[in-house]
Amino acid sequence: MNLKIFLAACLFVVLFVISLMIGVSDFEFSKIFSDDDHLLILMASRIPRNFAIVLTGSSLAIVGVIMQMIAANKFVEPTTAGTMDSAALGILCATLLWPHSGLMFKMLIATLFSLFGSWIFLGIIRRLPVTNPLLVPLVGIMLGGVIGSIATFIAYEADLLQYLSIWINGDFSGILRGRYELLWITFGLSIIAYFIANQLTIVGMGENIATNLGLNYRAIISLGLIIVAMVTAIIVTTVGMIPFIGLVIPNIVNRVVGDNLTKALPIIAYIGAVFTLVCDIIGRLIIFPYEITVSVIIGAIGSAVFIYLILKRPRHV
Amino acid sequence: MFKQDKYIISALVVAALVCMIIFLTYQTQGKWSYVLTLRGTKIIGLVLIAIAIASSTIVFHTISHNRIITPSIMGFDALYIFIQTVLIFFLSVQEIQSISPTLRYFINLALMIAVFISLFYFLFLRSNRSIFLLALTGIVMGIFFRSMTNFMIRLLDPDSFSTIQGLLFSSFGSISNELLSISALLIFICLVIIYKVRFQLDILALGREKAIILGVNYKKLVFMLLTIIAILVSVSTALVGPITFFGLLVSNLAYLIIKNQNHVNLLVTACLIAIITLLVGQFTFEKLLELQGTLSVVIECLGGITFIWILLRTHKR
Repeated sequence: MNLKIFLAACLFVVLFVISLMIGVSDFEFSKIFSDDDHLLILMASRIPRNFAIVLTGSSLAIVGVIMQMIAANKFVEPTTAGTMDSAALGILCATLLWPHSGLMFKMLIATLFSLFGSWIFLGIIRRLPVTNPLLVPLVGIMLGGVIGSIATFIAYEADLLQYLSIWINGDFSGILRGRYELLWITFGLSIIAYFIANQLTIVGMGENIATNLGLNYRAIISLGLIIVAMVTAIIVTTVGMIPFIGLVIPNIVNRVVGDNLTKALPIIAYIGAVFTLVCDIIGRLIIFPYEITVSVIIGAIGSAVFIYLILKRPRHV
Repeated sequence: MFKQDKYIISALVVAALVCMIIFLTYQTQGKWSYVLTLRGTKIIGLVLIAIAIASSTIVFHTISHNRIITPSIMGFDALYIFIQTVLIFFLSVQEIQSISPTLRYFINLALMIAVFISLFYFLFLRSNRSIFLLALTGIVMGIFFRSMTNFMIRLLDPDSFSTIQGLLFSSFGSISNELLSISALLIFICLVIIYKVRFQLDILALGREKAIILGVNYKKLVFMLLTIIAILVSVSTALVGPITFFGLLVSNLAYLIIKNQNHVNLLVTACLIAIITLLVGQFTFEKLLELQGTLSVVIECLGGITFIWILLRTHKR
């Protein structure tokens, strides 16, 4: 086990360093002490971007697994429950109504909208039969589409379509020092998620079992939803929407490690980060010196894996 | 024919004609010939789209024995755009421009029919798959095709990019005129064939086994109908771009108001409803509200809500 952790850490460091080296502007590690420009590029652009990638990947994967426990369904994550679209609608409304407000304020409004979106989503899926788990993501994607089209409508009429497309297409190229620090909040939220991992595992077994085991079901659900809404809102405000990380990573980890979240969460966070790093590196290399936004690459890979998961579903899921 | 159905269809015909006249003559200034050609082509475009979407949806419902998933929900209009992108991607722009537009259109069409039919057989021929599995797979496949399209257009040079860009966003206000005559011809041929097999369609609605017992050459018929659906979907997507929920809306309205549900009644009603909806919608948005290009967004929003509502209604806990 220790060897595995060591190898995993090595892989992470290698990827992180490779990612630091890729970029358009002239940059070499050997020159960071002799040349101020190189140091500036590292500190103001490359390192923030890398932290943003790692934080986004890991926290989105964690958020996915939290949602799967709350909805008791393996196919739920921020893009298949309308949460991301709600957050984008929130930012759009904040931009329209209070154009001079700061990032923090927009993020708060986005959080409120995602909470509201999750609330509608949970309200709908409570009315669906438990026997057909595929109905839940189906309804969720549709709900996301409805909320997204409301956002498009407002943006079209207010001439904000271009802004909206920035939030819809998640992308790390705009990340600079001073414009990504909100993302560190997701780190704190992920740690809180780790501390309530056991309770979340029990919540995933359903309301009756959870209540019988002496759990305050509603409190854990509310806390989980707040974490989900905040993480989603922060990521949509700083990076933009990135689909399917929260779906693909937990499902793959789940097939290997099982349902025990205390054990699975660190692995999910790690693989989420590595996956996002690899996708972003691919996106930057493929048409160098230009780059393909990470959401497009993850969207393509993620939806392919999603189709695989649906069609090759084990019988009991 | 139930008497009530006769009245409903006649009323719809009258309503459609009234809509056309109002659309043609509302607030006209200047030369009549100019106004009539301009608005006339627009009406022809809208009518063609309406007929293509409505009839392909009804036929698809009959083949797949459900009333929820439609070709566009299954991601088949995204498939059409994807195929077009692949063509532009692998042939250079010069090569594309050296092929005549009509030939290019037919190459696209042939590819679309081939891929559509193989996908359909891959997904539908295993009888143990539930309709929700198919719907979810279809939706995610749609997302996959869109992501891949996005991915590939980012690898393209700006010239080819602008060729694709126009295809990606649906707008009833800007229907491409050069495709009108060829689209009209294709739709006409499809309608004639559908009319010829109208009774076989009624039998097909009873189910595969019953249809075979009653002497329908099932394989041949389904293959032919799938080809027709592929053509109709391609035609409407080429004219206006992808609109996910329009077919769902008009087909379900037709099921709702028609008592004697033979295919002639259903097809005629659905087409009329589609024509009226598009004309009224486009007129309201363009002339009365003076909002440009947002009708498709409103249809997406209403359609999504309808879809969720149908799911909730048919699957109460």
